[in-house]
Amino acid sequence: MTAVAAASRPKLDVAPTVDPRDRGGERQPMLIARSLKKYFPIRGGLLTGKGKEVQVKAVDDVSFAVLKGETLGVVGESGCGKSTLARLLMHLIPKDSGELIFDGEPVGQAQGLSLRDLRRNMQMVFQDSYSSLNPRLPVQESIAYGARAHGTSRGDAKQLARNLLDKVGLEPDQFGARYPHQLSGGQKQRVNIARALALSPRMLILDEAVSALDKSVEAHVLNLLGYLKRHFNLTYLFISHDLSVVRYISDRVLVMYLGQVVEIGPVEEIYANPLHPYAKALLDSRLAMDPRERIEESPIAGDPPNPINPPSGCRFRTRCPFAESICEAKAPALGSAALDEHLVACHMAVPKSGHTKAGTLALH
Amino acid sequence: MGMGNIGLGAAAVGEIAARPASPAVRGYWQSVGNRLRYDYVTLFFLSVIILVALAAIAAPLLAPFDPTKTSMIYRMKPIGFRDFALGTDELGRDMLSRLLWGGRVSLMMGLGPVVLATIIGGFLGVVAGFVGGRVNMAIMRTMDVFYAFPSVLLAVAISGTLGGGLANGMLALTLVFIPSICRVAESATTQVRGLDFVEAARASGASTLSIILTHVLGNVLAPVFIYASSLISVSVLLASGLSFLGLGVTPPTPDWGLMLSTLRTGIYVQPLVCALPGVCIFVTSLSFNLVSDGLRQAMDVKS
Repeated sequence: MTAVAAASRPKLDVAPTVDPRDRGGERQPMLIARSLKKYFPIRGGLLTGKGKEVQVKAVDDVSFAVLKGETLGVVGESGCGKSTLARLLMHLIPKDSGELIFDGEPVGQAQGLSLRDLRRNMQMVFQDSYSSLNPRLPVQESIAYGARAHGTSRGDAKQLARNLLDKVGLEPDQFGARYPHQLSGGQKQRVNIARALALSPRMLILDEAVSALDKSVEAHVLNLLGYLKRHFNLTYLFISHDLSVVRYISDRVLVMYLGQVVEIGPVEEIYANPLHPYAKALLDSRLAMDPRERIEESPIAGDPPNPINPPSGCRFRTRCPFAESICEAKAPALGSAALDEHLVACHMAVPKSGHTKAGTLALH
Repeated sequence: MGMGNIGLGAAAVGEIAARPASPAVRGYWQSVGNRLRYDYVTLFFLSVIILVALAAIAAPLLAPFDPTKTSMIYRMKPIGFRDFALGTDELGRDMLSRLLWGGRVSLMMGLGPVVLATIIGGFLGVVAGFVGGRVNMAIMRTMDVFYAFPSVLLAVAISGTLGGGLANGMLALTLVFIPSICRVAESATTQVRGLDFVEAARASGASTLSIILTHVLGNVLAPVFIYASSLISVSVLLASGLSFLGLGVTPPTPDWGLMLSTLRTGIYVQPLVCALPGVCIFVTSLSFNLVSDGLRQAMDVKS
């Protein structure tokens, strides 16, 4: 890691504390994903299109790192692969290729971290607070379930569940024995968060965890997430389509387009000065708080292309106002020398790339 | 673990405080029971079933005569003739005793195949639904083959091939019910498997068996149970039908279906007596049907 990279390290709102579970040291990223790929095959029907197998490239060669103690926001349009990425990281669906390194240890290899250990260290909160709780179990038991599965005794697991309910702001005596249908959306999401914390993970993946809540409850839950992060020394991967929420909670942000990372960097830097034309368009599409600043025309036209047959070269070129022949011929690389820099996958950012505006995007 | 000093914000605490006092927290089955308590129709027919079942169980004590003892003199006697409270049949056997004993067989034929089919079909359905893919394909397509036959025809064909008798009749009916129960279990399991709480359970590192037992079965059991309870009346009817055709119970064992069959020759002599087994079948199957309806209503509601 270069000195420049270290200098641009996002400023965290917590002083680094020594966590006994820490193995790789403070500078070792919590999670490194390298060239993650997931293609979903679409098989033709029995009668039509047999033998002609096509693939949806849901996550295509995605590399990034999540630093210890930070919140990495992941933004992008619907269908850009955000949720697939979350499920890949959790190993809920098998990856086609790529590598995952958790705190310096490769996951799922003979020498590294087992899947079971990974799940102890990394947990996920789902978007749909309703379907993510078993309607037939009292919430207390839903929370205790994971710990029970890892061998905690019934009594200890129950005590743990009650402590966690208290931590997420639900009175254990009042709420512990309730069923999900007896809770409001915000309360259910608090239970989901408590459940994710039951194995005392070091990292949480929050997949649209507050998107389904109304704004006031969303604010409460965001504050709760902030508190829990400090209290339990957590690292967050925060997936959302809500750009304002991402800006509020994240230290760094990762912009995805059609299964690929187009830009990644410190949140204020990207929000103030987005480099990739897509990131720029995405951020311009937010509603301005000042009505006089509102724009009439949408900053980006059309829908994302079909991920079954993505455009050659740069995937954004079909909607990009600056697209040139080089964009069609060659896919721009994100570049990943240092994992916590501001990086952008665009030919315009690379000097002498062949694009007429090559080198005009200012990177540092 | 105080909440006040951690800057969680008064708002977060306020959300809790603002909620009205918690309603009495009840378990799922408790709330089902509570709803059933005010469903008088279901309760009435449930008591009919219990009455029939008790009468059948206590048949040896209640029956005034040996149900197989024939008499040349007292054949086809009307209801209330001498000691025969419900008359006699075409061989002079006491109808009351035969109906009581016959209830045993009929109830066994009604419940036995359904219970067996629920266990087997439910297991196959949960496996098919949870494993999915080729296993699902293999199990469900096999079920479809059985499903393609009309149930009566299938029951007749199976017990016709195996021969008559109580055990074979039950086996035939069990085979008839497995596919439909398997389908209900499979579709419920497939539905549950896709929900996030199963994903969350997998993400917590729990074993497949534990996930099925804790998260899948609890949600699949209710629809399967409701559906199976509706099959009991069908089973009683089918069993009677089999006996009527001479494929179920063999004479002289009393069975409502068989009695209906043999008594039909006397329908012009003593119509009321001949109708008695039919009335028993009708009342029992109607009761099971209505109780099943009531159960569905009580179990379907989530709140």
